[in-house]
Amino acid sequence: MHAEHEVLFRDSAAKALLDPQLRANFRRAMDGLITKRRNQFPDPRDLQDLRDLSTTIRSRSLLGLPELLEQFEVNCTKNGIKVHWAETCEQANELILSILRAKNAKTLVKGKSMVSEEMHLNAFLEANGIEALESDLGEYIIQLDGETPSHIIMPAIHKNKDQIARQFSQKIKDAKYTEDVDELTAMARRVLRQKFLDADAGLSGVNFAVAETGTLCLVENEGNGRMSTHVPPLHIAVMGLEKVVATLEDVAPLYAILTRSATGQAVSTYFNMITGPRGEGEKDGPQEVHLVILDNGRSRIYADPQLRATLRCIRCGACMNHCPVYTRVGGHAYEAVYPGPIGKILTPQMEGVGVRHDLIHGSSLCGACGEVCPVEIPIPEILVRLRREATHDDEGSNVAGRGTGRTATEDWAWRLWAGVLKRPALYRLAAWFATRFGKALPAGAPLIKNWTRSRTKPVPARRSLSERMRAEGGKHV
Amino acid sequence: MSEPKPKKVYFYGTCLVDLFFPDAGMAGIQLLRQAGVDVVFPEGQTCCGQPAFNCGYWEEARDVARNQVALFPQDLPVILPSGSCAGMMKVHYPELFHGQPDEAKVKAFSARVYELTQFLVDVLDVKLKDLGAPVKVTWHSSCHAVRDLGLKGEPQALIGQLANVELAPLAREHECCGFGGTFSVRQPEISGAMSCDKAADAEATGASVVLSTDGGCLLNVNGTLEAKQSPLRVQHIAEFLWERTHAR
Repeated sequence: MHAEHEVLFRDSAAKALLDPQLRANFRRAMDGLITKRRNQFPDPRDLQDLRDLSTTIRSRSLLGLPELLEQFEVNCTKNGIKVHWAETCEQANELILSILRAKNAKTLVKGKSMVSEEMHLNAFLEANGIEALESDLGEYIIQLDGETPSHIIMPAIHKNKDQIARQFSQKIKDAKYTEDVDELTAMARRVLRQKFLDADAGLSGVNFAVAETGTLCLVENEGNGRMSTHVPPLHIAVMGLEKVVATLEDVAPLYAILTRSATGQAVSTYFNMITGPRGEGEKDGPQEVHLVILDNGRSRIYADPQLRATLRCIRCGACMNHCPVYTRVGGHAYEAVYPGPIGKILTPQMEGVGVRHDLIHGSSLCGACGEVCPVEIPIPEILVRLRREATHDDEGSNVAGRGTGRTATEDWAWRLWAGVLKRPALYRLAAWFATRFGKALPAGAPLIKNWTRSRTKPVPARRSLSERMRAEGGKHV
Repeated sequence: MSEPKPKKVYFYGTCLVDLFFPDAGMAGIQLLRQAGVDVVFPEGQTCCGQPAFNCGYWEEARDVARNQVALFPQDLPVILPSGSCAGMMKVHYPELFHGQPDEAKVKAFSARVYELTQFLVDVLDVKLKDLGAPVKVTWHSSCHAVRDLGLKGEPQALIGQLANVELAPLAREHECCGFGGTFSVRQPEISGAMSCDKAADAEATGASVVLSTDGGCLLNVNGTLEAKQSPLRVQHIAEFLWERTHAR
């Protein structure tokens, strides 16, 4: 027996597949994103050049990660950014709470941050009497319903306009029902504007952290990132420790490929570069800037030369946009902070490969994700590696939960499989039986039953190719 | 083509073609012979080992793969009527045997592996003459043929040579059909949803046959079409090309 995540991906996905509205919402949205991205890369050679460059930059940054992080901390400190390190999410949450309490802050307005989702920061702060309000429109929409993001870039993509219209009219004070997108946006803006002005603190993520200058780069489209980091007197940024790059020069190509891969934009509406708190004589900006750098399993991933590629990710979401599984089941079915292909390799490495064995097998290994990844993370290869890790406790491996997904049944099945297929005489016998009696196999036999849920039972041919070639004779060696 | 065309090749049937699509295997061999190439079909072929490899059972996969590699000792091209199995042997064998004592031998074998249509077009540069009646077909590109092997339109080029064949493309030609080996039985709901979409896409083209170069995709799409009681059927491209080009 091995531990399982409480809800299997197969079951949550099957449930999602029964929701035609959800499937239509995702299909339409993903089709739109695929087209927009394609239009940004009219020349495949240009795309490949930019992917090569971006991959090189991310690989090089990871190669020198310990040194870059040190340099980054020194330069942040010089700039007046207070740097904190957290090994676990609990530590990161406690750090943020103590920073807020030191300033007697009771309200926090948040720009979009997946790391804060990873930490379940909102729930933690709420339990400690601090209001955390999401200010990214998508995040705001899902927060109203107490939901989690279904996509890392477009957190409310599972909802359509009508669903949001109904939700706003019910949940926002004095809101009238409208399906007009501009009016809906204006409604959210009215609420959020006041929150920006009133909030005691602002929180943001970080897209790129620049070691040579101690700069936090923030990519966004709504200006809420700038408001969250600029208006309140206290700004706290959170980032995973893999986010650092060496130079400002490294940022340009990564930014170019990030926005094009994510939303099909040549540039985002806002690109913020934060290099410290309000300086002397300056009229705006926070009085204090803190940065929490989170590990949460990343240094363990980092230690493995193959799995390290996972940390190249720049969180563009292109892998989910192009994934035939994600497109059909949506982000919530993954029961994980990071859904889609990147989530399928990241979540099991963070939570344990045995516990999330189901997630690792929730892929046809079609390769669409790896094909579009701007930093060429070999997601299918890593999935296969994690399937290995889940079922084997190999010497030298440090993967979380390695070997704990092994079952006697599967072990036995593969041994039997190899036992037959490595002995041509046995295979010949098995093939003879399959071709003569394959028809007689009951459609309700265990694995066949899964196959025949949506297909007819496969029936072997009357005579195998080998048998026919033997009969032909003469051409054999 | 600057290099001389090979006179003799090996043919590797693959387990799915062996058991479910032997006509496709025979047709592939005939197409090669028609192009003036001698075909050697070694005895003892079973499976490339992909299912175990993909599930993390690498020792078992290696045991099977090692015996298969040994069947092809001469320095001849090895032709497979399957994108996925060719991808396994060409791209993933070197990973599977990395650090093993026989790594060099396996890599030399992998370098000789070709998918059938790739070999017919890129190496043999075959010219086909259509002898069949007018027909409309559609093409399902297999994920591994395109993404592992880097096929760039070779099957479509072959179909394009047939004067009486109209090729109606799928709306989502490069989307996975939902087979994915063990995925089809481990995640039957998602796999089934993908397969049904692929079948519907194929039906919408108005074609009378779906062609592909992969036994797995063919088995999956055909089973789905049959379950839907669709008149549409699948056929391996080798079988289709052979039927249309040889004089009866």
